[in-house]
Amino acid sequence: MNGDPTLERIARGNGLALCAAGPWTAPFAPLLETIVSEAEKLAGSRPNIFIDVSQVSRLDTFGAWLIERLRRSLTQGSIEAQIAGLSANYASLVDEVRRVSPAPKPESTPVTITGMLAQVGRSVVSVSETFIGLIDMLGAVLVAGGRVLLHPRDFRLTSTVHHLEQVCWRAVPIIVLITFLIGCIISQQGIFHFRRFGADIFVVDMLGVLVLREIGVLLVAIMVAGRSGSAYTAELGSMKMREEIDALRTMGFDPIEVLILPRLLALVIALPILAFLGAMAALYGGGLVAWLYGGVDPEAFLLRLRDAISIDHFIVGIIKAPVMAAVIGIVACVEGLAVQGSAESLGQHTTASVVKGIFFVIVMDGVFAIFFASIGM
Amino acid sequence: MAQQPQAIQPQAIQPQALSEAIIRVRDITVQFGSTRVLDGLNLDVRRGEILGFVGPSGAGKSVLTRTIIGLVPKVAGRIEVFGVDLDKADSQVRRAVERRWGILFQQGALFSSLTVRQNIQFPVREYLNVSQRLLDEIMVAKLVMVGLRPEVADRFPSELSGGMIKRVALARALALDPELVFLDEPTSGLDPIGAGDFDELVRTLQRTLGLTVFMVTHDLDSLYTACDRIAVLGNGKIIAAGSIADMKASQHPWLRQYFNGKRARAVVG
Repeated sequence: MNGDPTLERIARGNGLALCAAGPWTAPFAPLLETIVSEAEKLAGSRPNIFIDVSQVSRLDTFGAWLIERLRRSLTQGSIEAQIAGLSANYASLVDEVRRVSPAPKPESTPVTITGMLAQVGRSVVSVSETFIGLIDMLGAVLVAGGRVLLHPRDFRLTSTVHHLEQVCWRAVPIIVLITFLIGCIISQQGIFHFRRFGADIFVVDMLGVLVLREIGVLLVAIMVAGRSGSAYTAELGSMKMREEIDALRTMGFDPIEVLILPRLLALVIALPILAFLGAMAALYGGGLVAWLYGGVDPEAFLLRLRDAISIDHFIVGIIKAPVMAAVIGIVACVEGLAVQGSAESLGQHTTASVVKGIFFVIVMDGVFAIFFASIGM
Repeated sequence: MAQQPQAIQPQAIQPQALSEAIIRVRDITVQFGSTRVLDGLNLDVRRGEILGFVGPSGAGKSVLTRTIIGLVPKVAGRIEVFGVDLDKADSQVRRAVERRWGILFQQGALFSSLTVRQNIQFPVREYLNVSQRLLDEIMVAKLVMVGLRPEVADRFPSELSGGMIKRVALARALALDPELVFLDEPTSGLDPIGAGDFDELVRTLQRTLGLTVFMVTHDLDSLYTACDRIAVLGNGKIIAAGSIADMKASQHPWLRQYFNGKRARAVVG
């Protein structure tokens, strides 16, 4: 309106008047700040300095505070700098900012060697806490499961079916698609390399063992951890944030029984089904590539598959699935219930849920490999 | 964007902004599926007033607020804020308008991963290129204005009580010294004393900062103590607008029940 805000210095006798003019408002704050810090250097240069604000066209909190800040820095000892020419409607605003005390410093902890060591210590402790948390949850789930077995009417069938739809039925297309592609890739690579030895047909052995025994179930478990584990954590976490879980508890319901048991059960049922479908899709994809790329016709493929692969391979694969599902589910639920009040915390725990879920799935796979090797399967 | 404070307040919108109505809503229709929530609604909010906006639950009070702010799309009608037609405004003019209003959401809508300090400083930091020192000082000034101690600055929203969340949210809404503030049920969930304080606070801020306040409320006390004018929503339209006395004199059945009911008599008596 009348351009930029200004602060003119006018000598009056042995004193100095600082005449503020123009709009002293938020949009001009950067400019005002430089003007005021310039003027603050005048402190003590004259015995009597006062601030004249009669020419200020508009004033808001920013302007009022900067004038107040200037007044405070110009105040020397017992002689207070005065503000003159304050119109009535701005006086209350200036009174308001007069109550402002210097800003408290944000709490910051300096980075020290001890601090870093303490951080490492805390991380180690938190690892053991993770294990305790998981065992704790496993125990709570088993207790709730036992209670439901004794009182089957408490079992939440609707909820379980709902979650089964979410984690199993709706996951079928993406799981089938990805395992199909993986089957294609394994087959193509196998043929490419085996062909040098004229051993094209052995690609069927490799594909069968890998898909049925290891990759199939592992891959599906990892996808389920990413897809459903994260969803469980986010659901439970946001329920925790909105005190919904506390509400359940106060109504006399056990959150483990109402929320976690159906989810876990759905996952334990879903993963073997998905692993089976995934294995079939991978075999189909592998067979297709073997036929179109390697020239192994479907009949030869199936014949070789029957000879090379015993049912043991399939059983080894499918036995692992429910255990992995339980691990993924428990990790997801523990993380979900650990969410604190903020959106950031929800993000951290969802990430942790997926990372830990996948980690434990791979660890479990290793444990199973040793187990099955020693019992000769 | 923070480097160009002047560019975000174009001078062109200034002269019109001084006209009487700061918000002018004309023939607004809002529809969700086949349910018509607002049906050809007209409303003016005058500069410097506190407008209380009441109506039965589910009548669309929050919908109108959100439509004016631009969070809910409208089927028909025109909305002018500070004399700017928000449909015709380009993004820069819109941003300039948004800079001049502050909104207090019903649940506070504080950013949960930021502290109180960061929440209040966030809009200032984005729009103005000022020093950290001034940011901190302005933050304290806003906290003092809404009646909080500066010590809460480093708490997270999850560590605040309901009343404190509302106050911090108001401080954030006021961070850039807006001319217009939307308050969506500011006193809901507060105890009567807290609610009374909040009404007083809104009144004081309106006087000191020259605010225009658009307040959606259910609280009869707020209507009596804080509001200059009251608008009543019913059947998707404004069924009455005026002072408390006008409301009490109205023959409309809902208004009679609302302003002359048992609870209203308790407030007046």
